[in-house]
Amino acid sequence: MWPSIGTCAVQVLRRVGCEVVFDERQTCCGQPAFNTGYRTDARRLAKRFIEIFEDGGADAIVSPSGSCTAMVHHFQELFADDEGWRQRAVRVAERTHEFGSFLVNIMGVEDVGAYFSGRVTWHDACHGLRDLHIRAEPRLLIARTRGVELVEMENSEACCGFGGTFSVKFPEISVAILDSKIEAIEKANVTAVISADASCLMQIGGRLTRKRSPVRVMHLAELLAAQE
Amino acid sequence: MELQTSETFAQNAREALVDPQLRGALRNLADTFGDRRRMAIATIDDWEDLRERARRIKAETLAGLDVYLEAFADNAERAGAQLHWACDAGQARAIVIQILREKDAQLVVKSKSMTTEELHLNAALEEVGFFPVETDLGEWIIQLANETPSHIVVPAIHKSKKQIAELFSSKLGIAPTDDVDVLTGTARNFLRKRFADADVGISGVNFGVAQTGTLLILENEGNVRLTTSLPRTHIAIMGIEKIIPRLVDLDVFLKLLPRSGTGQQLTAYQSLITGIKRSVDDEGPEELHIVIMDNGRSRMLGHPVTRQSLACIRCGACLNACPVYQKIGGHAYGSVYPGPIGAIITPQLNGIEKARQLPFASSLCGACREVCPVKIDIPELLLHLRAEIKEGTASGTAGEHGPIKRKFLERLVFRLYAFAWSSQWRYELGIKIARLAQRPVVRHGSLGKMGRLMSLLAPPLASWTDWRDAPAVANRSFRDEWREVNRPGRNV
Repeated sequence: MWPSIGTCAVQVLRRVGCEVVFDERQTCCGQPAFNTGYRTDARRLAKRFIEIFEDGGADAIVSPSGSCTAMVHHFQELFADDEGWRQRAVRVAERTHEFGSFLVNIMGVEDVGAYFSGRVTWHDACHGLRDLHIRAEPRLLIARTRGVELVEMENSEACCGFGGTFSVKFPEISVAILDSKIEAIEKANVTAVISADASCLMQIGGRLTRKRSPVRVMHLAELLAAQE
Repeated sequence: MELQTSETFAQNAREALVDPQLRGALRNLADTFGDRRRMAIATIDDWEDLRERARRIKAETLAGLDVYLEAFADNAERAGAQLHWACDAGQARAIVIQILREKDAQLVVKSKSMTTEELHLNAALEEVGFFPVETDLGEWIIQLANETPSHIVVPAIHKSKKQIAELFSSKLGIAPTDDVDVLTGTARNFLRKRFADADVGISGVNFGVAQTGTLLILENEGNVRLTTSLPRTHIAIMGIEKIIPRLVDLDVFLKLLPRSGTGQQLTAYQSLITGIKRSVDDEGPEELHIVIMDNGRSRMLGHPVTRQSLACIRCGACLNACPVYQKIGGHAYGSVYPGPIGAIITPQLNGIEKARQLPFASSLCGACREVCPVKIDIPELLLHLRAEIKEGTASGTAGEHGPIKRKFLERLVFRLYAFAWSSQWRYELGIKIARLAQRPVVRHGSLGKMGRLMSLLAPPLASWTDWRDAPAVANRSFRDEWREVNRPGRNV
């Protein structure tokens, strides 16, 4: 749905000197099934993920999503009764990094040579923030982007209300939570809201366009790929 | 007021969301309690270390709970208390009624206790002719209004000052006023007399110390002190999980609980009660009955994931931090314990079938886990219960049952997704089909509000698009682009 996230992430990674490969067999980490309680289905996709990424032999597995990355780190819970698979899950998780965190903590880069003109604010996606403890990294990366004015919105760490199937099981609650987020974004008076999870961007962006707001949503990778 | 149940959670929540009174009452909850809590924990040098110590103490206690319970009972008995053991709520109620009858109690006062709420004790007592008076201001308001608490710590949080003024005016016959001093003064005058006349005082318990048989109860209004010391008989009711091993452990929990619950460095009163009064001049009751209740708790002990549920010290911080609770308040959960902690313990206490919506009523944002003073991994527990509901595989936390066989369509969709997405060609075919299927409804690269037909064909999609635009499947996917740029010939 958002091919530019992948394309931009690859561009930025190459710009900072990474050799990037994409295994076309990959599909999904299985998080939707896991979070809805269908662990058998989740296990099937998790095993497939582990097998594919064991193959590649890459030094690091980088995902432009905090929640997908967090799911890979949760894989081991699916194999509590299967020590062999559990260990394979742990080893794959050790190599799996969220995009922004990878740039700052593994590559040691804060300035990726990006340029973007506008006032922006950062939305902390819950899994990135509270499962992976990523807080400073994206803010550093954005702050080092030329032309950008980064402002902190009110309650930037508050959930956007997406929550996977929660967003369609309880749409009214989900949207009530979302509207508090939208209010904070509007108050921040920005041109774009940046996050690193397509699901939050879909939730926030979907409401912004529905309300015909001029604020656009952008993935961190899209911002960092932008140049003069 | 009609009581809401967990079974109608979705409907309850919808009603709560459009209740302007409730929205007003909840608006400042997160800010007020969140800010107070943040300021209070800033006075502790190493909050994280303190949380970790609390988690370890609770884990240690729960691992040897039988031993600690026995030690607690022995030491409490040695100090003059009489111990009663109740397997379930019915037994606990019967024990209390028996004591009240023996004492021929004319007037019973009660301090705030979630455990007695769990027993629906007041209703049970009223049925047999005892009319306990709630003495905590918030609980008393709730009792006057004939409602149930909507928060673990601040039971009347859903009520505005105006509503309370109207309630006092209609029930107590005072002149209508919104002067807080007059309102609290009215409550004080009414309640003070009751303490002096009461035959029996009923309280909950915050901590039971195994080493000494001591009960610790925290409060701010002084009503617990009066409830537990003025009447000749004191009945204290506690769940089996309230035990901590040593008196010195209070050093940890007394720092954590008030800061997490009300954002105070310490509550105004801490009553440490060890047995009965020892001499005629001594203060305190002549009889102390301690009712220790299981009521589904020992089931939670059986599995390392669910065992965490018993570490809860009922501070309510997870409610205040929860984006869902902040929007719908406590009553919508239809259970004694609302919010994130309610969503995990209600299905375990009351049966997973009746409360099956609650573990799904969370965006899994993790704010609850972040504020929990004893580091309960609430999201992990929610996921565990979701798996239990869908697959019945997690080990026996809510009694014997298989998966709850509902939502056949949802089950099928997830099975199909796992099947299709576990092969590259099926995945790519799926994307192509989606691209075709969306064609009639895509406008400018996104899906807007659906018509009636689509709502029937794809209800979850309509649930989304009723409120939010949905991005369309792109005409060229990332992998299309990748192939063009990085191939031909090789996979990489």
